[in-house]
Amino acid sequence: MARAKKTVTPRVRKADAARVILSLGDDVSTDVIYPGRFMATVLPSETPALAFADHAEFQAAVKAKAIPKGAVIAGGENFGCGSSREQAASCLKGHDVVVVARSFARIFLQNAINLGLNVVVAPGFTADEGDSISFEGGGVENLTKRTAFDVVPLPFARQAIIDAGGLIAFTRARLMARA
Amino acid sequence: MGSTVAEKILARASGRPAVKAGDVVEPRVDLAMSHENAALVINQFREIYEGTGLPAKPWDPSRIAIIFDHRVPAESAKTATNQKRVRAFVAEHGIAKFHDVRGDVGGICHQILPERGYVRPGMVVVGTDSHTTSHGALGAFAFGIGATEMASAWALGVALNIEAPPTIRVAVSGSFQKHVGPKDLILHLIGFLTAQGANFRVLEFTGETIANLSTSGRLVLCNMSVEAGATAGIVPGDAETVRYLREEVGVTDPLDLVTSDPDAVYEKTVSVDVSKLEPLVACPHTVDNVKPVSAVAGKPVQQVVIGSCTNGRLDDLAEAAAIVRGKHVAAGTRMLVFPASGKIWAEALRLGYLSDFMAAGAVVMNAGCGPCLGVHEGALGDGETAISTTNRNFKGRMGNPGAEVYLSSPAVAAASALTGVITDPRKER
Repeated sequence: MARAKKTVTPRVRKADAARVILSLGDDVSTDVIYPGRFMATVLPSETPALAFADHAEFQAAVKAKAIPKGAVIAGGENFGCGSSREQAASCLKGHDVVVVARSFARIFLQNAINLGLNVVVAPGFTADEGDSISFEGGGVENLTKRTAFDVVPLPFARQAIIDAGGLIAFTRARLMARA
Repeated sequence: MGSTVAEKILARASGRPAVKAGDVVEPRVDLAMSHENAALVINQFREIYEGTGLPAKPWDPSRIAIIFDHRVPAESAKTATNQKRVRAFVAEHGIAKFHDVRGDVGGICHQILPERGYVRPGMVVVGTDSHTTSHGALGAFAFGIGATEMASAWALGVALNIEAPPTIRVAVSGSFQKHVGPKDLILHLIGFLTAQGANFRVLEFTGETIANLSTSGRLVLCNMSVEAGATAGIVPGDAETVRYLREEVGVTDPLDLVTSDPDAVYEKTVSVDVSKLEPLVACPHTVDNVKPVSAVAGKPVQQVVIGSCTNGRLDDLAEAAAIVRGKHVAAGTRMLVFPASGKIWAEALRLGYLSDFMAAGAVVMNAGCGPCLGVHEGALGDGETAISTTNRNFKGRMGNPGAEVYLSSPAVAAASALTGVITDPRKER
């Protein structure tokens, strides 16, 4: 696969700030990211506290406010499969993390784009917790393991939403243009 | 070169002569469905209008449907307050397709939409629920979206930036053996395709078996198409669609059946002969972890769930009731029954199914999503195992990450309730 010409570069403050704080396997479901029993909590201001609610270490880091901005969550195939619950994207967006996975489930990927959660599709990507990740040059590099991965551009039509700063701003602009 | 049914529906809804897989379209939305998460949609909808000076009014309230089903009656003050806010919005904007917590016209959104005739062949349906794929059973192009995307649809009346998906044709032949049915077919298919095998794709169900399958059975197939990652599952509208809408729903206005052209281009075709299928189960913790029931028979289960948008319709209840009638749920096992709608509940009462269940020791609950998503009504204890006719078995799904959920047909679940262990219904006596 050719290296993508245009990629979405995550807003990582410093290249060395991107550390993998959570490494997960394939088919991470939205029930794991944001368990159904918390679905009555809907506001993006309230969901981040419940991210990976059943994952003891991640929750400990949430409570200790020990999740650095730009930190990486590493996934395998089909990250975000299952429910359309938007809380699964908003809870991660609230921590300003970057999700790098080999592939994403459709609805989660769209929710992430709509809310401005940084997602990077990198087939073959592997990383352990603690690894350092660089996004320089448009690809993904695992500095710890000295491995590099191409990034698949997000579906073409989504770029306009990203460029607008998310779906709320995008739709607002469309409404204003109509009015 | 012809078009698939999905391409045709998207072309019409986008005002184009033709659409091919990969084309980016903005189809007008014929029906926009939400459940309790309308509370979040309303929040996002109002945010879109902030600072615009424009009134925050949905583009067409007659095309919005809101059905309370996920947490009914409310399990917490928070849910009750969300529901209250949604009711106020519904009243403010005159949303007629609103189904509150009621025993007569209430129920699960994916049952209410077909049952009330809200879904028609050829429609574009969006829903803030991944199982919105269900409505492809009536020949609509139906898919799940997030709450902010729904807010955008309420504002603009279109679904944004859809790449018309390529279609995988599922050609189904043969007749089901006794105690084997559509749930086993879709579990087989998900196991074969894997959980992401149809990601960003449409599953189109065709063949003699589908032509002979009831709308209820088609709903099972389309409902769980999303478990293979599919954007949409669809059975092009046909004689059965017309029969269902005319005879069961009472629709009298014209129906527009959209079908695929004989020379439509498919990404691939998957053929299944159902006469060779046996009862299947999806094992913890992924829906594509599918095995024959014989491989896990004997596994003790503490809870059996019959119901949900997948298998809570009258034919499902009939099959389960016939298995438990005159018998008893095993000691140490709880059996919970959730009809998919108030209408089905009343029919099941009239036909005696509910008394069959209760006499056998099952608990008959109100129509709704029940324990499927782990919010209330039947959470599992640590280390417990359930077998359920629902559609997901992810870790934590039934409210406890320390529990396990197996998915099956109503026949397997009912047979297992009697023995207290996972049981092949062909062997239970």
